[in-house]
Amino acid sequence: MRSLVPGIVITVAVILLALVSFVWTPFDIESLDVPNKLLSPSGAHLLGTDHFGRDILSMIMLGARTSIAVAFVAVGIGLTLGIPLGLWAAARRGSLLDEVIMRGNDLIFAFPALVIAILITAVFGPSAVNAIIAIGIFNIPVFARLSRGAALSLWSRDFIMAARVCGKSSFRISWEHILPNIANLMIVQGTIQFSLGILAEAALSYVGLGAQPPTASWGRMLADAQTLVSIAPHTALVPGFAIVITVLGLNLLGDGLRDWLDPRLRVARL
Amino acid sequence: MLRYALKRLLSLCISLIVASLVIFAVIEVIPGDPASVRLGINAQADTLATLRAEMGLDRPLPVRYWDWATGMLSGDFGTSYTYDTPVADMVADRIGVSLPLAIYALMLSTVIAFPAGIFAAAKRGGAGDTAVMGATQLGVAIPNFWFAMILVLIFAINLRWFPSGGFPGWDQGIWASFKALTLPAIALALPQAAILARVMRSSLLDMLGEDFMRTARAKGLTRRQALWRHAVRNALIPVLTIIGLQFAFLLAGGIIIEQVFYLPGLGRLIFQSISARDLIVVESVVMLLVFMVIVVNFTVDLAYAAVDPRLRSRA
Repeated sequence: MRSLVPGIVITVAVILLALVSFVWTPFDIESLDVPNKLLSPSGAHLLGTDHFGRDILSMIMLGARTSIAVAFVAVGIGLTLGIPLGLWAAARRGSLLDEVIMRGNDLIFAFPALVIAILITAVFGPSAVNAIIAIGIFNIPVFARLSRGAALSLWSRDFIMAARVCGKSSFRISWEHILPNIANLMIVQGTIQFSLGILAEAALSYVGLGAQPPTASWGRMLADAQTLVSIAPHTALVPGFAIVITVLGLNLLGDGLRDWLDPRLRVARL
Repeated sequence: MLRYALKRLLSLCISLIVASLVIFAVIEVIPGDPASVRLGINAQADTLATLRAEMGLDRPLPVRYWDWATGMLSGDFGTSYTYDTPVADMVADRIGVSLPLAIYALMLSTVIAFPAGIFAAAKRGGAGDTAVMGATQLGVAIPNFWFAMILVLIFAINLRWFPSGGFPGWDQGIWASFKALTLPAIALALPQAAILARVMRSSLLDMLGEDFMRTARAKGLTRRQALWRHAVRNALIPVLTIIGLQFAFLLAGGIIIEQVFYLPGLGRLIFQSISARDLIVVESVVMLLVFMVIVVNFTVDLAYAAVDPRLRSRA
């Protein structure tokens, strides 16, 4: 329980911050206020202002939206494509199809994810959507491999045998019996992939291949801050801490969920 | 062992062929004809056609793929569209930064992670374990490029111990180059060290529960002796794989770190080439990176099988 509670608190706080930004931010970030640029944190601007005089807290709130949206959809791509592939491979275990799916996964794993993400965004142009696709593709083999492994161990169990005797097709068995039994594992992995997605989004937008201005993004804020770090360190510190806290929260949530959903793992945790 | 090696070699070749096909296909989708980018929007149709023929862009795709792929095998990476110099020369220049950076970071990561992981496992459940595990939690949550910026702020701008960026070149003395790569290597190594320390710890904990550990204690070894003589050596096997994977990650992850420190490595070459629509360079550098990753993984697999004979039969 010691990681679940802080994990939930941090994650919920970040999501709330992103949701509130839809209706309210302390300042409007589209109106530039150059006379008040690079202000240190104060009562008026809790986290200071950037090189255009924009309120950093407001930008962090809007950036949370981008990070969460990109990571969420990217994990969604991995879940909705990876799990069916993994279950399909497990249902036809040992067949050519199984082999093709698993070797395909190995191939994606062999590519350095970042290089391919850069390649994809370079080909189709930098945008949040292409960042999502690039990150999403690398989530597919993660879930495919994990769900296949988990499903394989279930296929030899008695209750699956019983379902087969009842004449259920392997599709129905996968859907009705296997999927519910591996759901916990997928949720835990999904949380971890979510935090990796946040890091990947930040890296891509840092090098200019993610969300484009005026969309606020934590990675882009860090890129803007890079040349200012010596005169206004807070412009680099604040977005960085936002990323670290969010990722830390999600990782704690993942660990906590794993322990909570599967008591057997409580002893043997990494 | 030979059978296993051959089988792995075959899958290595297939991976390389498929990878090269994918990279070639993706690059060919890029909108924008390199010839017209080079000549500008006012180019005459016939000049364009001549240049396209000169650059070999008018040939059918399979022919171009074949030439590119066989060229790479013989060390001919094509000629850069924008600089008109052989890509192989450009790559040779840049790899002298990227490769040492990755190796340096890998060494740092191992040097930090091994003692940390072993210490945590030995003090399992104690305050030391909690501290190390907490630190690794933080380590995996920190984006390496942000950590790099913090390092610059502290060690380059405030303390002035290291340069904040740039690379003097190996001909300017090993010490200066080494210094220029130190902060980037630390930034790259930190998250990897955190992951490696966790793997080391859990692998070691698995070993501590093994029967041979009880035997070792029963024959009179102290806890410490048993740990170092038996557990650590066996725990290294899974750790080896992770180190292999990390090397691949460090090579690719260097791309971002090179941006932070303005290092003239392969990463900066990729970004410059992307913005200049210098497709042949992008294509060749990406292929080279993928090639290195696949070969490193292959080597690790073989090393793994050599160390642990049980794996050969399983494959």
